[in-house]
Amino acid sequence: MTTRPEATTRPAATVPKAQNAPSGTPTEITQGSPTKGGIGESTLRPDGTLKVTGEFAYSSDMWHEDMLWGQTLRSTVAHAEIVSIDTSEALATSGVYAVMTYDDLPAEMKNYGLEIQDTPVFANGKVRHHGEPVAIVAADHPETARRAAAKIKIEYRELPIVTDEASATAPGAVLVHEGRDDHHIGHVPHPNIVHRQPIIRGDADEAAKRADVIVTGEYVFGMQDQAFLGPESGLAVPSEDGGVELYVATQWLHSDLGQIAPVLGLPEDKVRMTLSGVGGAFGGREDISMQIHACLLALRTGKPVKIVYNRFESFFGHVHRHPAKLHYEHGATKDGKLTHMKCRIVLDGGAYASASPAVVGNASSLSVGPYKIEDVDIEAIALYTNNPPCGAMRGFGAVQACFAYEAQMDKLAAKLDMDPVEFRQLNAMEQGTLLPTGQPCDSPAPVAELLRRVKARPLPPEQEWLTAGADGTSVDVRALPGGLSNTTHGEGVVRGVGYAVGLKNVGFSEGFDDYSTARVRMEVINGEPVATVHTAMAEVGQGGVTVHAQIARTELGVNQVTIHPADTRVGSAGSTSASRQTYVTGGAVKNSCEAVREKVLELGRTKFGTYHPAWATAELLLEGGKVVTDGGEVLADLADVLEDEAIDIELEWRHRPTEAFDLRTGQGNGHVQYSFAAHRAVVEVDTELGLVKVIELACAQDVGKALNPLSVLGQIQGGTLQGMGVAVMEEIIVDPQTAKVRNPSFTDYLLPTILDTPTIPVDVLELADEHAPYGLRGIGEAPTLSSTPAVLAAIRNATGLELNRTPVRPEHLTAT
Amino acid sequence: MRVNFTVNGRQQEADDVWEGESLLYVLRERMGLPGSKNACEQGECGSCTVRLDGVPVCACLVAAGQVEGREVVTVEGLADYAKHREDAHPGGGCASGACGTTLDSAKRWQARPTDGQTGEAVELAPIQQAFIDAGAVQCGFCTPGLLVAADELLENTPSPSDQDIREALSGNLCRCTGYEKILDAVRLAAARQGEAAQS
Repeated sequence: MTTRPEATTRPAATVPKAQNAPSGTPTEITQGSPTKGGIGESTLRPDGTLKVTGEFAYSSDMWHEDMLWGQTLRSTVAHAEIVSIDTSEALATSGVYAVMTYDDLPAEMKNYGLEIQDTPVFANGKVRHHGEPVAIVAADHPETARRAAAKIKIEYRELPIVTDEASATAPGAVLVHEGRDDHHIGHVPHPNIVHRQPIIRGDADEAAKRADVIVTGEYVFGMQDQAFLGPESGLAVPSEDGGVELYVATQWLHSDLGQIAPVLGLPEDKVRMTLSGVGGAFGGREDISMQIHACLLALRTGKPVKIVYNRFESFFGHVHRHPAKLHYEHGATKDGKLTHMKCRIVLDGGAYASASPAVVGNASSLSVGPYKIEDVDIEAIALYTNNPPCGAMRGFGAVQACFAYEAQMDKLAAKLDMDPVEFRQLNAMEQGTLLPTGQPCDSPAPVAELLRRVKARPLPPEQEWLTAGADGTSVDVRALPGGLSNTTHGEGVVRGVGYAVGLKNVGFSEGFDDYSTARVRMEVINGEPVATVHTAMAEVGQGGVTVHAQIARTELGVNQVTIHPADTRVGSAGSTSASRQTYVTGGAVKNSCEAVREKVLELGRTKFGTYHPAWATAELLLEGGKVVTDGGEVLADLADVLEDEAIDIELEWRHRPTEAFDLRTGQGNGHVQYSFAAHRAVVEVDTELGLVKVIELACAQDVGKALNPLSVLGQIQGGTLQGMGVAVMEEIIVDPQTAKVRNPSFTDYLLPTILDTPTIPVDVLELADEHAPYGLRGIGEAPTLSSTPAVLAAIRNATGLELNRTPVRPEHLTAT
Repeated sequence: MRVNFTVNGRQQEADDVWEGESLLYVLRERMGLPGSKNACEQGECGSCTVRLDGVPVCACLVAAGQVEGREVVTVEGLADYAKHREDAHPGGGCASGACGTTLDSAKRWQARPTDGQTGEAVELAPIQQAFIDAGAVQCGFCTPGLLVAADELLENTPSPSDQDIREALSGNLCRCTGYEKILDAVRLAAARQGEAAQS
């Protein structure tokens, strides 16, 4: 049994609330009176001090007296029948408390899934991909659990695998899911296709006749991993009422809850979830990972159970970005106007559906990019295969399409002998443009302006690796391709410049009820008015908690704001996904603050209304702890208005509704809002060794309104670098013969380090969207779209190679 | 086995340590010091970086037995460590004024230097304060390791060039920030350190 003594300095934010509560339980974080700053100001993170002192408790830091450790056993093959499972030796291991498999599931519901409940909690007689959970062990030391799991004997009878469109839809192809009865099966051409979304508008064949040039291309996008640094982890604590407390890192507490409770056979109110510290997400925590397993073991053993994946397991513990094959055809007149576009996008969804249907919706509806094209013929599908399951990752279907249509734009510009930026500007969509779905873009769409801004920026100096040595020729290899490996001093190095722009939707689309909930409380503590904001929003690093405090200060005129831990005791906030949280939960916090403010003013009118006519006649605001008129006259202190009364309001908030896309034509007002970013990439390529150094990756983005300018830059720069990663290094390699993952580690899956990273200058444009709170625009994903194709365009510009696949590897540049 | 070592200036003793346990496991699960993070546990990400007798190492790659009789500094002890260093060698920074970055130019990364974080006065190392002020923290999982590595850089190279910073931090992965704000934070800490040395 492990024992962990009290930390010598127990962090203030992790003091257990009750006896026998786990350590690492999140508690309220208060930003005190010295903090000022409402929306539009770069206020600092409320959790910043905890994060720099190491005291911020992540889900993997949770600890409980007498806790057990859970360890998952995963399949070693991609597709097989399970002939037998023998757990006896594992169960007999000293220190092991429980071993569970499919047969031990307590309820009728044994599957989960974001949209389609096709994923068994443990493999049910069959595994469909490499790394599928088959059994779980609880033991008193993580190493004991690992060794016991290794003693479980599983006999597999291997089945044929399907790994791509050709094999998945071949006559007699093995079906990944037999007997499908989900709501997509009626409109897909084959049971190994999860979902299909065509979009037909105008007449692409007829329009093609007007084209003076036509370009086509086949593009391949590799499988990217979210690679959040905090591994999947959490702690489940059984409670006396037969329920369970679950502390976990996730992107959407209530979505998890709706999938966990039925499998445990418990009503939702007996599964009480609290968000623990989240070490990044990027889409990879939308799906269930260890949540159900930990709860099952806790309920089985009656003890708290912690599960922490290591990095190897994390690569199997979450879905990845869909790899894609994309076929595009564009035409243009000789004066540079696009005539039509046809495309077919095939996304590999892997063994389980996850978010594949929604990714298909995005890929098809955003496949045209930010361009005016009236005649289109579009089809996107996601496959079921025996590859690793794929689902949400930052950019969500729009990333793969952007990589392809931007390559097409460059090809067209080259064929027309036009400047690639001018060609894009000539065809750029604007406010009012109809998208291929027939939906008008009814807020600013400064596509041409964003391109102008990145192009106007001065280029970084040539040969910056030359430093001012005595002879003027000494070289800093750290600035060259190959870097510290000292592979070149500039020989064979050529420069290229490339541009790209992208279009991303904000929020959940296609008619989804994409609401959020906020509870706001206002009271006087020690003579000072204090606001408490309680939502179920998953703070995954994006800074939502910072923005909530800013909104409360702006709307309620307070300085001190307390952020309540996110949990399921308040209504759903929806997912921290789709660039939506500042818009939707920010909107909910604003809305609840406004309701609180109305109550405060009512109270003030009742108490003080007779003393000043302005109470009845003027527009009243809360500012600096006082009720003031819009002319600035002070009417009362909030402390006097409230006295010992607390105003506490919880409300749901919704943005404008959307509609589903027609399954045959793809028409429909499916999206809430659009987000735009443009990049210019400058690269230097060692053409002899095929090594790429990105020198600068400049971004211009319209953010509507920067609620927190410092955090806006952080989102844009972080998104830009993830886009660069999949341009030049990041890819999960799946063996096409076995469908097994070859590189599940940070040794073999390469992420950009600070040495690989260019400077990322950012130009922020703020054109308000009148439909959104404060005019803001969701920002997190757009920079991930255009970054990748800009880097590819720059490498093409440097090398003259066609490069239709990403990421680019050295052998693609040296033809070896 | 039993392991005796010093953690953040305090003598510690860990009992019943299994031979295969890493220093990281002992710190996190036995000492109650989970600040050092467990992102890859194979020495690739740097999130568990600690000082071992002054040298930055990945705690996940150090067997617990190897720290017998040695001194470990973790992120939890970084503020104290920096304070003792400052007491022993006041200023320490760029006394010549030839810093890579001037304080004036660094101040543009300083969002709100007097901002209270929790309403409580918490003593932080200069590099910790700079990470907050520059917006270098998002999810924060890489932060403890980066702080330990950056503090060591500034101890030995008080006025690093951008390439020096990139080289020194190249063993620390960050997935959120795109590293720009981390560069800003290190420049800011260096510039403040330089000004302190001059005044």
